[in-house]
Amino acid sequence: MKTRSGLLMGLCLLLAGQVVQAQVKVFACEPEWAALAGEIGGEQIKAYSATTGLQDVHHIEARPSLIARLRQADLLVCTGAGLESGWLPVLQRRANNPRVQTGSPGYMEMASYVNLLDRPALVDRAAGDVHAGGNPHIQLDPRNFIVIAKALAQRFTEIDPQHTKDYESGLASFLERWQAALARWDAQAQPLQGMPIVVHHSSWPYLSRWLGLQRVATLEPKPGVPPSSAHLSKLLGQLQNNPAAVIIRSPYQSARPAEWLSERAEIPAMELPSTVGGNDAANDLFGLFDDIVQQLLSVAP
Amino acid sequence: MMYLRQWALGALLVLFPVPAVTDELQDIRQQIDALQQEYEARIRALEERLNTAEQEAAAARSQAEEAERTAAAVAAAPAPAAQQEKANTFNPAVSLILQGSLNSYSQDPEDYALPGFQLGGEAGLPAEGLTLDETELVVSATVDQLFYGRFTLGLHDDEGETEVEVEEAFVDTLAMPAGTALRFGRFYSDIGYLNRVHSHAWDFRDQPLVYRAMLGEQYTDDGLQFNWVAPTDIFLRLGGEAYRGSRFPGGEASETLGNVQTLFAKLGGDVGSSHSWQAGLSQMWVDSVDRSSGHGHGHEDEEGGDAFTGDSDLTIADFVWKWSPNGNPTERNLILQGEYFYRREDGTDMFTEEGDSALLDYDGRQQGLYAQLVYQFMPRWRAGIRYDWLDADNDLAIIDVGGLDPDEVLEETAFNSDGHSPSRWSLMADWSPSEFSRLRLQYNRDKSRPVADNQWTLQYIMSLGAHGAHEF
Repeated sequence: MKTRSGLLMGLCLLLAGQVVQAQVKVFACEPEWAALAGEIGGEQIKAYSATTGLQDVHHIEARPSLIARLRQADLLVCTGAGLESGWLPVLQRRANNPRVQTGSPGYMEMASYVNLLDRPALVDRAAGDVHAGGNPHIQLDPRNFIVIAKALAQRFTEIDPQHTKDYESGLASFLERWQAALARWDAQAQPLQGMPIVVHHSSWPYLSRWLGLQRVATLEPKPGVPPSSAHLSKLLGQLQNNPAAVIIRSPYQSARPAEWLSERAEIPAMELPSTVGGNDAANDLFGLFDDIVQQLLSVAP
Repeated sequence: MMYLRQWALGALLVLFPVPAVTDELQDIRQQIDALQQEYEARIRALEERLNTAEQEAAAARSQAEEAERTAAAVAAAPAPAAQQEKANTFNPAVSLILQGSLNSYSQDPEDYALPGFQLGGEAGLPAEGLTLDETELVVSATVDQLFYGRFTLGLHDDEGETEVEVEEAFVDTLAMPAGTALRFGRFYSDIGYLNRVHSHAWDFRDQPLVYRAMLGEQYTDDGLQFNWVAPTDIFLRLGGEAYRGSRFPGGEASETLGNVQTLFAKLGGDVGSSHSWQAGLSQMWVDSVDRSSGHGHGHEDEEGGDAFTGDSDLTIADFVWKWSPNGNPTERNLILQGEYFYRREDGTDMFTEEGDSALLDYDGRQQGLYAQLVYQFMPRWRAGIRYDWLDADNDLAIIDVGGLDPDEVLEETAFNSDGHSPSRWSLMADWSPSEFSRLRLQYNRDKSRPVADNQWTLQYIMSLGAHGAHEF
């Protein structure tokens, strides 16, 4: 009798395990998409982010742990536009998972839902780490999340039609809160219009467009090429004549070039989170833009 | 034109003031006036239309600007890049690897040998002086929703002639169920850690001695691979391969498939966000028939040498540990890696010299290892150290001396280690201006032979075109 109830218990546990497994497993290349998936999918999904807010998504090792995660995924959500081309193709081939192959319903490239900025006229490796399709750092314009959220909810319902209602309400709730936040950020960020900034890497054009910031210089002489002392000296001369309000870099970029220039040009240097998890305040999508706007306001003229 | 006509009519009226035609003239004048009005009306209409069009355009423009301001990038249309479809849209990714080196040796590279081991495949030293190393052409693409294919052509010079070799030409399945996949064609075996790594991605200029001695640098052959990835958070991959076995360490294949068989298991994971590791265990069974020394770059007497027939079983344990702060390898990173090889060989050796052959009974227990550490201490700059060691414990007995001097046979066969355990220390430093280029300086104190050889190499590796993502 005891053994039978034990068996029954075991069976129940197994079934419970099955229920848990029925969650849609999302493999997000970047934390912002994992966060968005969580906002929309709620309890119905389980999101895993392949990278953290402290990592440079251009350069990630195709680690065994990532293959193991992708092997189990139902949906792969990435930025695309060449951002992950150094590691994602290996994961896709090695994960033995047909659900997440390019072109499958379980494969989503967010960059294909928005218009990309900075599409290079000339695609040549001599120009540095250029992305032929345009700048992939689309997560830094919060307005991009509106269309992307809709596309993601749509994809969830395709993969998991049983929970269509949940995804619809998840989307509606997110959009409502997001629109309210957008209005708040727009109002707060009025003083930032036209503010001149210096950036480490060209990761910020979408943020600049949204807030009306003006990029006047880039620490990297060419995208992906580390700042050289010659280039920094040239920038110093330029900034002494035409000062900028702030020097911005992502958490994963070396602080030294920005600090060197900051000291000499007497312009504050700032580490801005470029995605969720980029610092403690950016613990979700709302926190990310709250923190970006607040930090920028602290140096606004 | 109209004015001209009016003038002409006026002139007519003045010249011919005939009352009889006055009525007619008035008719004509009325018609002309009507025409004039009609034309003017038409012009006015056109002007109005132009005006409204301009206004509409302006409105549309401001609307567009408005839309851009408010919705900005939020257009749901796919990026234009996806819309263009040119004839070459579906062309595969093509990359070309250029490699070359400047080499210096204190011993004659033509006499290179690893006592106790038969040098096969590509084993040997690159030529002295400035040489072109292997040039690789890689073409790859997804074939369709089910298959992925890759082709690697290696070109290298051998004694003044360019040799072309199909190193890889394989197909991977993409849509097999339950975490399984098949690979077929010609490909580098997944045994060990370095066997499948292409030369341009090596951390040192040359392969470890264990690979040179037991796999002819790298084992690639025609075959079939089955592998399975476990649905677990810790990475587990199990696989098996069957090959034709016509390439070193296989011999002259008599069967069509299965002369070489392998099994391998890989286990891997992360420790925090800064550390990751992978460990592997592989087994290779080789049924060798007349395995002769390869066309290596070292000295090879075409007429003589050893031919092994028998069983050769190899076990490999490999381990790699990678560190990078927060998982960002661009600034600094460290790779610790090592492999241990153990091989049992049992069979006969046909030793040939100047047309005469002796038959020997050969029973070998061989082992070796390498351990290396590569540290990127600042962006673009890396330094590395490696230690190699090999040991052969071979039993040899003459079955049939075949007209040769038995002492000479036992002395000259490659399987005679003469009590020497080959070893090597390597130091390297390389500089990579970008992901696509690398310059490397390497020094080896190579005791492959009993006399130490001081080897210096200055090497370049350039990759043009599409650059495939590298595996862990």
